[in-house]
Amino acid sequence: MDQVLSNLSLLLEFPIVNLKIILDGIMIGALFALAAYGLALVWGVMNVKNLAQGDFVIAGGYVSWWLVQHGFPALLGVPAAFIVMWGIGWVAYKLVISRVIERDLFTSLLATFGLAIMLAQIMNLLFGSDTQSVDLGYKTLYFFDGIVNIPIAKLIGVLMAAALATGVIIFMKTSRMGQAIRATAQDARAARVMGIDTEKVYAFTFSLNSAICGAAGAIIVMVWVIQPFYGISYAIRAFVIVTAAGLGNLPGVIAAGLGIGVFEQYGAHIFGISYQQAIAVLLLLLVLIFRLIQQRRNRQVLK
Amino acid sequence: MAKKKIILYALILAFTFIAPFAFPNFGTQLATLWLMIIVALTWDMTGGQMGYNSLGNIFFYGTGMYVAALISIGRVYDIGDYTSAAGGGIYEFTDVQYFSGVFLGVLGAGVFCSISAVIIGYVTFGLRGPYFAIGTLGVAIAAGELVSNWDWVGGGQGISLPGYPGDPDTGKVFFYFLFAAVGVSVFVFVKWLYETRFGAAINAIRDDEEKAEAMGIHTLRYKLITWSMAAFFVGMAGGISAFQLLHFEPLETAYQTIFLGIFMVVCVLLGGKGTLWGPVIGAILFHLFKEVTWNYFLGWQWVALGALIVVTVVYFQDGVMGWLVHKRPEWFGIQVEDKIAGETE
Amino acid sequence: MTAIINVQNVSKSFGGVVANHDVSLTVKPGTITGLIGPNGSGKTTLFNSIVGYHPIDSGSIQFEDEEISRLPVQQIARRGMLRTFQQTRIYGEMNGVENMLISLPHRKMSIWDALKRNTSEDYERADHLLEFVGLYEKRKLKSGDLSFGQQKLLEFAMALMNEPTCLLLDEPTAGINPTLINGLIDRLKLANSEFGITLFVIEHNMRVIMNLAESIYCLAHGELLAQGTPDEIQNDQNVIDAYLGAH
Repeated sequence: MDQVLSNLSLLLEFPIVNLKIILDGIMIGALFALAAYGLALVWGVMNVKNLAQGDFVIAGGYVSWWLVQHGFPALLGVPAAFIVMWGIGWVAYKLVISRVIERDLFTSLLATFGLAIMLAQIMNLLFGSDTQSVDLGYKTLYFFDGIVNIPIAKLIGVLMAAALATGVIIFMKTSRMGQAIRATAQDARAARVMGIDTEKVYAFTFSLNSAICGAAGAIIVMVWVIQPFYGISYAIRAFVIVTAAGLGNLPGVIAAGLGIGVFEQYGAHIFGISYQQAIAVLLLLLVLIFRLIQQRRNRQVLK
Repeated sequence: MAKKKIILYALILAFTFIAPFAFPNFGTQLATLWLMIIVALTWDMTGGQMGYNSLGNIFFYGTGMYVAALISIGRVYDIGDYTSAAGGGIYEFTDVQYFSGVFLGVLGAGVFCSISAVIIGYVTFGLRGPYFAIGTLGVAIAAGELVSNWDWVGGGQGISLPGYPGDPDTGKVFFYFLFAAVGVSVFVFVKWLYETRFGAAINAIRDDEEKAEAMGIHTLRYKLITWSMAAFFVGMAGGISAFQLLHFEPLETAYQTIFLGIFMVVCVLLGGKGTLWGPVIGAILFHLFKEVTWNYFLGWQWVALGALIVVTVVYFQDGVMGWLVHKRPEWFGIQVEDKIAGETE
Repeated sequence: MTAIINVQNVSKSFGGVVANHDVSLTVKPGTITGLIGPNGSGKTTLFNSIVGYHPIDSGSIQFEDEEISRLPVQQIARRGMLRTFQQTRIYGEMNGVENMLISLPHRKMSIWDALKRNTSEDYERADHLLEFVGLYEKRKLKSGDLSFGQQKLLEFAMALMNEPTCLLLDEPTAGINPTLINGLIDRLKLANSEFGITLFVIEHNMRVIMNLAESIYCLAHGELLAQGTPDEIQNDQNVIDAYLGAH
C-alpha cells in the first residue's frame, strides 16, 4: 500500500513521468489495436470469437525471433511473420474454424480455446518457456534529462504498425476481396446469392487476421518480450478492445487500443509490474460491467 | 425397469466402496476420477442444463483450496507467520486439529464459494453467451493473478499443508472417500434437482431465455441459485484437493484455468451436455484416456490435450449420450411424429 | 381502477423513423380490446414498449396504476402481464406437456414451491388446457415438429397456464388455418369470460377483431387514428382511408 502511494506521489511530483507512461502506453496500445482489429474482422465476418488470437501474436513473434537467431536481419521478421502466420491461419481455418462457423458461439469459443492451448504448448516445446526478445541494436533517444526515453526500435515498431493498419484499411476499402469481405459481414446469405464465394472469403479473412496478428507479434518481439504462455492476455486485451469499441468501428478500436495501452502502463507503474496481467483482465471485467449498465438502461442485455 | 435401476445404483455404490481396496495402487487416480466427476457434474448444472457456459468454474476450485487451507491453519496459527515460513517445520498439528481443520475447512470452502458465486453471478449473469464465458474466464484468471501477488496467503509460492497423520496409504483412502462422498452427493442432488419445477425452469432458460423472462420466471434468481449450488460442491472439492496435494500454488494448481478448468468442459462434452449421466461417463472416459495415454506422448501431452478439445468440440459435440439419444430415442421416451397418422388440423 | 393498462402520450422512434407518436390509450380490466392498423403503423412497437422490450422516448405506461415504462421484461411479466409473439416462441425441443409445465406461474411460487416436483393437479391442468386449445392428441410430440398454427395454439395455452391478469396477443390468427379461426375466437372469448383474463389483441383480420373486441383502437403512421366500438370503427372514414392507402 505504501508502495502504491509513493508511486502515485511520484507521478504528481514529476509530471513529466506521465508523458513517458503515456508514450509507452500509446506504443504498446497500437499493437493491441492491431490484434483487436483482426479479432473484430473475424468476429464481424464469420461470427467466430477467436481465443487463439493472442497465440497467433506470440507465434508471429517467435517466427521473427527464430529468423534473427539464424542470422537474418530483424526487420525482415515482420513480413516473414506476416507470411508464415498467413499459412498457419489458413491451415487452422481449414482444419478447425471452417467446421465451427455455422455452430453456436460457445463451440467456436471452445474450439479456439483448444487451438490456443495447442499453439502455446507447441511453442513451449519448440522454443522453451524462457522469455525472448530481439535486440535491434538501435540507439535510444533521451528527453527531459533522461526521464523520457524513446528507443528508436519502439518508434520503428509503431510506424510499422501504423503502416500495416493503413495498408489493411486501404485494402478493405478498395480491393474486390475487401468489398466481398464487407458484404459477407453484413449478410452472408445475400452475399452468397450475389455470387460471392463466402467459403473463400472466410478462409481469406481468417488468414488475414492471423497474418496481422503475426506481424504485430514480430513487432512486439523487437520492443518487448514474448513467452509461449503470454498469448491469453493478448487475446483478452483484444476482447476488451472489441467489446469496448464494438464491431466495425475502426476509429473506436484504435482509440480503445491506445486507451488500454496507457491504462495498463499506469497500472503497472502504480501497482507494480507483477500486476500487469491482472490489470488487463480486470479491465475486461470493468468494460463488461460498463456495457451491461449501458444495456440495462435500454432494457437490453449483453449478448 | 425400476428394479433394474435400483440394482444398477446398488452395484455402482458397492463398487465405489470396494474400489480403493481392490485397486490399492490406483488410490490417487481413483480419487482424481471422483474429482473429475464432481467438476463435470457441477459444470453441467449451468453449462448443460441452463445454457450458461462458464469457463471460470475453476475459480471456485482454487478459492475452495485457499479457504480450506486458511481455515485449517488460521484456527491454530497466525496465517501471516505460517505462510512466510513457507512450509518450515515448526508448525505441528495434532490429530484433532488436523481432522477438525479438514472438516471445517472443506465445509467453509463450500459455503464461501457459494456466497461468492452469488456475488460474481449478480454481475456476470447479465452477460449472455460468449460474453459470459469470457467474463467468467476473466474472473478466474484475475483471481489467480491477484492471489499470486498477495503475500499474506503465500503469494506465488502458495501454501503447504500438514500431511495426513498416520499411514500415507490410509490417507489416500481417506481422501478417496471424501471425494466419493461429495461426488455421490452431487449426483443424488442433481438427479433430484432436474426433476423439480426448478430444473424445468433452468432448462427453459437454456432453450429460450427471453421467452422464460416473458413468462415471468425469476431468471436471475434461478441462475444465481444454480451457480451457487454448483460452486458449493466445487469449493468443497477444491478444499479436499488442498489437503490431498499437501502443497499448492496459485497459477498452476489452484486457479489452473487451462488444465482442470477446461477438462471439466471437455468431460461434459465427451459424455453429453445436459444429461444426467453424460458428465459422469465423460469424466470416466476422459480420465481413462488421460491416464492411459499420458506417458506415451513424450512431452506432447498438452498438445494432445488441446487437440482432444478441438476434436471433441468440432466432431463429437453431442457426446456419448447425445449419440445414444439420436440412435435410440425410444430408450429416452421420446416420441417421433407418425407422419401417416398425420395432420388433424 | 378504471384502466388496467394506461398508455399516456407515448412516443418512440428508431433512429429517424417515428414508430409511435403521442399515443394514448387505455385497456379496461376484464375486457377484450383490439389494436388494428395497416402494416408499419407501429402496433408491435407499442406492444413491445408496454411489455418492456425497449425504452420509450417520452410518455408514461401504467399497469394496474403502477408506472412500468422503465421496468425490464421479466419484472413486468411477474406483475401478471404476458404477451405472445407474432413469430411463435415455444420450447421446440420439449413436448407439449413439458411446455405447459414450464409455463406454471413461477411468479406465484416461493423458491420452496419451485423445488418441488409437478403435482398431479399441474398435469391435469396442462392436459385440460391442451384439450381447450385442441392439442390434446399431440401433447406428447416434440413441439418443434408441430405446424406453425399448432405452435401458436400451444403458445396460447402456455400463456393461459401462466394465469396472467392481462394477456397481450400479437396476431393470434395469423398463419392459422381459416377453418379453425372461428374456434379460436370462441376460445379467446372463453379465456376472457371463464378465466377473467383481460385481452389486448393486435389483429389484421378485420372479421376476427370485429367479432372479438368490445373496443378497438386504430393506429396509422404511428399515431392514434380512431377509437370506438367495432361498429364505430367500421364506419369511420379515416380508418377506411387508412386501409385503402388514401391517408
